[in-house]
Amino acid sequence: MSSNNNKKENKAGIPPMRGPGHMIRIEKAKDFKSTMKNLIFHLKPFWISLIAVIVFAFLSTAFNIMSPKILGNMTNQIVSNYMDIKAYDSGVSVGPSEVRPGINFDSLSQTVLILSILYLLSALFGYIQGWLMAVVAQKITYDFRRAISKKINRLPLKYFDSKSHGDILSRVINDIDTLNQTLNQGLTQIVTAITTLLGILIMMFWISWLMTLVALLLLPLSMGVISVIIKKSQKYFKRQQDSLGRINGHIEEMYSGHHIVKVFNGKKSSLNKFRSINNEMYDSAWKAQFLSGLMWPLMSFFGNLGYVGVSVFGGFLAYQGRVNIGDIQAFIQYTRQFNQPIIQAANVANVLQSTAAAAERVFEFLSEAEEIPDIKNLIELSSVQGRVEFRDVIFGYETEKPVIKGLNVVVEPGKRIAIVGPTGAGKTTIVNLLLRFYDIQSGAILVDGIDIRRLKRAHLRRLFGMVLQDAWLFNGTIKENIAYGFKSATEEKIIAAAEAAHADQFIRTLPGGYNMELNEETDNISQGEKQLLTIARVMLIDPPILILDEATSSVDTRTEVLIQKAMNKLMAGRTSFVIAHRLSTIRNADMILVINNGNIIEQGKHEELISRQGFYTSLYNSQFALV
Amino acid sequence: MTKLFKYLKPYIWSIIAVFFLTIIQVGVNLELPGYMARIIDEGIMENQTDIIFSVGFIMLSISLAGAVCIVLAGYLAARIATGFAMVVREKVFDKVHDFSLVEFNRFSTSSLITRSTNDIQQIQTIVFMMLRIMLVAPLTAAGAIFQAYRTAPSMTWIMGLAVFVIIGVVVLLWSIVMPKFKLLQKLIDRLNLVTRENLSGLRVIRAFNAEKYEEKKFNQANLDLVDLNLFLNRLLALIQPLMTLISSFAMIMVIWVGARLIGDGSFLVGDMIAFMQYLTLVLFGFMMMSMIFIMLPRAMVSGGRVADVLASEPAIKEPLKSCSFKPGAPAIEFRDVTFAYPEAEYPVLKNITFIAESGKTTALIGSTGSGKSTLLHLITRFYDVSFGHVLIEGVDVRQLKFTDLYGRLGYVPQKGVLFSGTIGSNIKYGAPQADDYRAHAAASVAQASEFIDKTKEGLEASIAQGGTNVSGGQKQRLSIARALVKKPDIFLFDDSFSALDFRTDVALRQALKTETAQATVLIVAQRINTVMNADKIIVLDKGKISGIGKHLDLLKNCAVYKEIALSQLSKEELYKY
Repeated sequence: MSSNNNKKENKAGIPPMRGPGHMIRIEKAKDFKSTMKNLIFHLKPFWISLIAVIVFAFLSTAFNIMSPKILGNMTNQIVSNYMDIKAYDSGVSVGPSEVRPGINFDSLSQTVLILSILYLLSALFGYIQGWLMAVVAQKITYDFRRAISKKINRLPLKYFDSKSHGDILSRVINDIDTLNQTLNQGLTQIVTAITTLLGILIMMFWISWLMTLVALLLLPLSMGVISVIIKKSQKYFKRQQDSLGRINGHIEEMYSGHHIVKVFNGKKSSLNKFRSINNEMYDSAWKAQFLSGLMWPLMSFFGNLGYVGVSVFGGFLAYQGRVNIGDIQAFIQYTRQFNQPIIQAANVANVLQSTAAAAERVFEFLSEAEEIPDIKNLIELSSVQGRVEFRDVIFGYETEKPVIKGLNVVVEPGKRIAIVGPTGAGKTTIVNLLLRFYDIQSGAILVDGIDIRRLKRAHLRRLFGMVLQDAWLFNGTIKENIAYGFKSATEEKIIAAAEAAHADQFIRTLPGGYNMELNEETDNISQGEKQLLTIARVMLIDPPILILDEATSSVDTRTEVLIQKAMNKLMAGRTSFVIAHRLSTIRNADMILVINNGNIIEQGKHEELISRQGFYTSLYNSQFALV
Repeated sequence: MTKLFKYLKPYIWSIIAVFFLTIIQVGVNLELPGYMARIIDEGIMENQTDIIFSVGFIMLSISLAGAVCIVLAGYLAARIATGFAMVVREKVFDKVHDFSLVEFNRFSTSSLITRSTNDIQQIQTIVFMMLRIMLVAPLTAAGAIFQAYRTAPSMTWIMGLAVFVIIGVVVLLWSIVMPKFKLLQKLIDRLNLVTRENLSGLRVIRAFNAEKYEEKKFNQANLDLVDLNLFLNRLLALIQPLMTLISSFAMIMVIWVGARLIGDGSFLVGDMIAFMQYLTLVLFGFMMMSMIFIMLPRAMVSGGRVADVLASEPAIKEPLKSCSFKPGAPAIEFRDVTFAYPEAEYPVLKNITFIAESGKTTALIGSTGSGKSTLLHLITRFYDVSFGHVLIEGVDVRQLKFTDLYGRLGYVPQKGVLFSGTIGSNIKYGAPQADDYRAHAAASVAQASEFIDKTKEGLEASIAQGGTNVSGGQKQRLSIARALVKKPDIFLFDDSFSALDFRTDVALRQALKTETAQATVLIVAQRINTVMNADKIIVLDKGKISGIGKHLDLLKNCAVYKEIALSQLSKEELYKY
């Protein structure tokens, strides 16, 4: 098997198959009631379909339940005809007729006709119900996904900085999938289970209340046994799930750190740990498997008990002439069907629980606070010079802990600002503020003298061109990627931008050139080439102000030179903010902002800062320290 | 999959027991209708109450016997399936430990993880199901057909017809559905991808005002998925009503035809009712079997994937005995080493010959793809050379037992890798006998003391799986400390300083200098100021050595070195020292 196929095997997909009686681990919603209320609110637009689903499910089940009784009547008729034949044959003729009586096929065929119609209708209604429910479930699924997708782009970046992408992905894919499946089955199951249960009870009582009582005698017993088993096996399932989580964790860790395990001779201890978890898991796994596997045979045992009870007792009653044979036959069919809705009902409770848990997470996400909307009277800047000013800016990611305390900087058009500091010092904060990914707490940031909060966000962001170090590109052609900020750009313009970014050369050597498709991981071109594309992308939109993030070390030397050239070309005549790693960039900057622990601790030109003998000086000198 | 069955061998008697227990269980289910027919035909029709009760008693006892069999069979099956999975899981885990990077690259790490976890779970489930349903369903179906034939040979054709129709419907539906399921997986992947892209590119998307564009992309993926799902669900909704319909009409036919036979006097009423029960059992058996056939292919794939892992022999093997080191030989020597990745057209390293003297620092520099990291991997035997020799103190690494080889090495990888546990357990990973004092000393050299002291628990502070609760730089420092605690003769640093900022980098290297004074150090780096002061610098370019010497010599004589240097520092900075 090639490793290519393996990349995607772990993603969500067809639900894993489950063994008989295998139980899903049930997750509980924090607030079941209000989540359900909310879900029902979302179901409202579909109420006509839903009522139809209920009606059709009800009718389909009801017709289905009537049929054993009618089948029983057929048997009864056959039996009584048969008795007549027997009586005639043994000479004790009861009827006036001299002809040997036979089976009355006329009335039998009438019953067959009725029965056939009932069966057909039941199947038809059952299918209509399933069809309608599928439509409703898919529509709701579609709406939920769409709402989440829109929400993603309306949430402030702050939200994403504190949440893992995996978490959000799991809401879009897994939770919605759970909703889809439970909606598809849940409602139908509830209606069918209730109708079946009530219907069968009615039919059984109608046939013989005495026999019904016998059959029902077993009910509390079987219910009790089932609930004990469910409880026990859930305990072991949970335990198994825990060990499974731990063993998967250990496997993942040891495989991804495989080279370390090897070099540090860690195989033995790794195996020991694995064995102990594996044994624990076996212990809970077989118990869980055994107990949950018991459900189905036990149900069939109780089924058999009921069967025997009905046969014997029914036989006795029939002997006394209090019930007919056809009734016993119908009764047996009913008792066989009786267990099913009970299991279903137990299942419905679980289904509802996991629906609520999934729905809750989706609703939670949808109700997160969104970005502050743009204000009413907005200003539209027509031609932008690119003068940027920070005026008494105070900002903190958490309100109580400001990281920028009163920043004052004026950047004249066309000037270059270098932002320097150790790794993790918070150099991206400035980027976050300029593009209004975060809002400042007090003070103002002005572009050409206008407070950026008085500009429409979309308009503000159009003023900036951004090249980040993690060159984000998407699965699509190179052309589409370059034209990302300017979708209607002509082919010539795109090529011109690529040429200006020194990207044209390498693009034309690629298979397909500008139409080459970047793969899903966008790793079919090198890191350096990706960087060049992101520069071309900015070249195309020709913004007055730039934000650049210099690459550190992952790029080979020759591409590095090209990137350097392209960035310099890009910066010419534009106000630029550069997160700088290269000393030449830093020294040539018109102003340097030195950042440490999120604070801007020094600002000025290279010579000024060096002469100050502060943090910058030591940072600069450390580059050349003799080691 | 079948290759895995040899691990079922220890359970052979249990499996045989399950088989017999199942036969009894099925037998009970098949006998009951016959007894019921007796109750009707002999008891009720002939007015004999004692038969009703005595037959009833028999029915009750065999039901109980059947139940006992089921429970026993279930117990054994659960033990077999989970025990089998446990054994296979351990075999796989053990095997993967012996894999070299060759196998890891061939399978990919994520695939190996799936094979050791999900795939084995799948196999466990299918083995359990095979032991239960796979035996029960065909036995039931076959037995019921036999019984039905015995009761009413002239009516068995109804059964055949019903089975035929059911199989036809199942085959038809699945031939439509199966290919669509593959497509469904693709569409889910697509939706996943689009969402992932949207999340990873949040800043860029907003900076380029491309929110609407992303929403449109998502919407398309959403629509495609919903459409296909709708199609599939509508199709699958057919199954239940169709199955009910088929079995219902089969029932009607039984009564209709049965009535004719009863009228002829060649058939008894009780037998007819029994026949209906057999029909139910047959249909049940076939539905179960069709379910298995739907699941089996997936389990077979899982089984095959696990068997693949077990069948691969690691490319790198440990010798049975170590050769002894030659005192006085250089710590590391490369003798005309050429290395090509498996199935690669060109070698990544060509004719590499150099010596790293004991107690000295040797640095390797070169641009990405020049083969520097690969070179280190030949020393640690993640790969073996294609030609030539890599020698440690005069012995080829291939002639050393792993414990002897790795006992000499202190390796710090490019990306800091930590394991769940505590800071202490990670630092002491290579030397479990080390005390806290030694761990603290190593941490302080690795510049990790500051943040360790900041945590309340110190060395006892916990590390999450994959080390996700510490930063990249902290991970790197801890993995340096981990190598230091071992006090090895040879240190291998694989570009280990790039995650650190310049200040920490400098402080760390200064501290390392005294700590590693006696040891041989081999550093792979991209930053020129990391290698500038090494005793010997080796410049790699496209897999070949293009220069060996000291900093200033290389600046003069080696064009590649000069190019790298100039791209990072200015002229005056380069010649400053």
